[in-house]
Amino acid sequence: MKVWKFGDNIDTDMLFPGKYVYTCSTAEEVKPHLLEDLDPSFAKTVKEGDIIIAGKNFGCGSSREQPVLGLKAAGVKAVIAESFARIFYRASINQGLILIECLEAVKGYSEGDEIKLDIDRGTIVVGGKQFSFPKLPKEIIAIRDAGGLLPYTRAKLKNK
Amino acid sequence: MGKTFVEKLLAKYVGLEEVVPSQIVTVHPDHLLTHDNTAAIIQKIKPELEQYGIYSGSLSIIALDHVIPAASEKTATNHKLIREFVKKFKIENFFDVGAGVCHQLVVENGLALPGKLLLGSDSHTCSYGAIGAFSSGIDRTEAASLMLTGETWLKVPNSIKMNLNGKLKPGVYAKDVVLHIIGDISASGANYCSVEFHGDVDQFSVEDRFTISNMGVEMGAKNAVFLVDEITKKYLASIGIKESSYDTIYPDSDASYFKELSYELPGIVPVIACPHTVDNVKPVTELAGLEINQCLIGTCTNGRLSDLKVAAEILNGKKISPNVRLLILPASKEVLQKALKEGLIETLIEAGGTLLPPGCGPCLGAHQGALAPGEKCLSTANRNFKGRMGCKEAEIYLASPATVAASAIYGKVTDPREVI
Ligand code: SF4
Repeated sequence: MKVWKFGDNIDTDMLFPGKYVYTCSTAEEVKPHLLEDLDPSFAKTVKEGDIIIAGKNFGCGSSREQPVLGLKAAGVKAVIAESFARIFYRASINQGLILIECLEAVKGYSEGDEIKLDIDRGTIVVGGKQFSFPKLPKEIIAIRDAGGLLPYTRAKLKNK
Repeated sequence: MGKTFVEKLLAKYVGLEEVVPSQIVTVHPDHLLTHDNTAAIIQKIKPELEQYGIYSGSLSIIALDHVIPAASEKTATNHKLIREFVKKFKIENFFDVGAGVCHQLVVENGLALPGKLLLGSDSHTCSYGAIGAFSSGIDRTEAASLMLTGETWLKVPNSIKMNLNGKLKPGVYAKDVVLHIIGDISASGANYCSVEFHGDVDQFSVEDRFTISNMGVEMGAKNAVFLVDEITKKYLASIGIKESSYDTIYPDSDASYFKELSYELPGIVPVIACPHTVDNVKPVTELAGLEINQCLIGTCTNGRLSDLKVAAEILNGKKISPNVRLLILPASKEVLQKALKEGLIETLIEAGGTLLPPGCGPCLGAHQGALAPGEKCLSTANRNFKGRMGCKEAEIYLASPATVAASAIYGKVTDPREVI
């Protein structure tokens, strides 16, 4: 597992450039362009189970959801940041990408530290130190447990 | 305890006496906006659309604006798919290529009204706070789910009160105000929050308010609202909307705010957001003389009649520098027609401008007016992210239409106060 460390305001154009918005829509089409203007090595070497650590306002900007689809498809286990932009946050819930808002964990991380996550208990261990983050409200957990928003909506329609 | 605008509005929409910040509520929005991304949205739910159909033909507003006229077979096919969907499911509010940018169309056509709740799969959906609506951006998957069920969840946000005090000086505009605020509180300064503007807001027309609310998302806000006043009512009357057809919601005088901020407007000067974040804001005077290659006047932030007027006044009888291209991008066909009638387009073209069709144009870097490596663009748009205009080695600077017009004359960043 590798930890990718980025700074503040990682915006949606850095995550997935606007020029591809209307030509790439599936996760497979998106993946090669992930973070291409910021760190071209990311798309080439990211592996299942990798974690991203970032500063403030991760995912700010456009409402495009390709960044979320791409990160999920690339196998990113979680993004841990000081804060997230709200549309990106919603998109991640809807796709089942795990986001953790935890300032202490971001500040406490140094290169090479191991990271362990326990989503259900709301704890994160960074370089041996444990931090906690707020658990999700039950309405959101229901979407996550259904496998994302569309499976959730499908089940709702079926039961109508 | 008194309630803020958003707390009152959301309580009304869920039929509760009151709601509190952080509460999750299920809402049925009045409208759902989607644009060229409708093609991707409907493809996600093809079988469900076949089986269940859509929730209602009046929920969706669809505008083709992002890549118009189509730039390739792929974008043309997307447009075609959307037109077929609109016909099949009898979508009541559809705007085809050439009508304008989605947000402008929503407001111009009276689809966003005071006290209404709108969601859209575009981040600048927050623009309709300009006329006292609650509106916010969502992603494509959520838009797909909404098309099927007509409902979604919202978290009741905290509210921030922003007091705008005193009068702006000549040469300083709504765009400078909102850039100044973002520079002050940062691109995440209002994250997850509902922003309310108070104070001396009667100097701002609905068009000015649109510019400010539009950029709410650039400070991280969920929505950014101007409360309904005589200016709002007059504007709505001018587009044929009666007062009886909307509901005005005002915060209580003892409402409790998460944060309260005050800005003294007479002290605000023309500013520019420098690459590559919108909160990297500096006075124009600090950048004066910086050479630029392209100027863009338009987009959903500053492509309205008053913006074109300001630019035309500055460029009247002048020629732009041979070192720059000046792109003119009216926000809608209606804006374009009015600007033609008033002779503004003639003035701008005469000065050396190139007219683009009403839509998003170069704003998102998908076509028309993309930049080359090493180039600098001074634009009235709302975002200057790296790569936004099609090239990661280009730089985007954001300013008011007056600053862009003045700078086009010299091919260098110029303080508009020197030319007006
Ligand atoms: S003009 Fe630009 S910011 Fe506005 S909707 Fe179009 S692409 Fe988005």
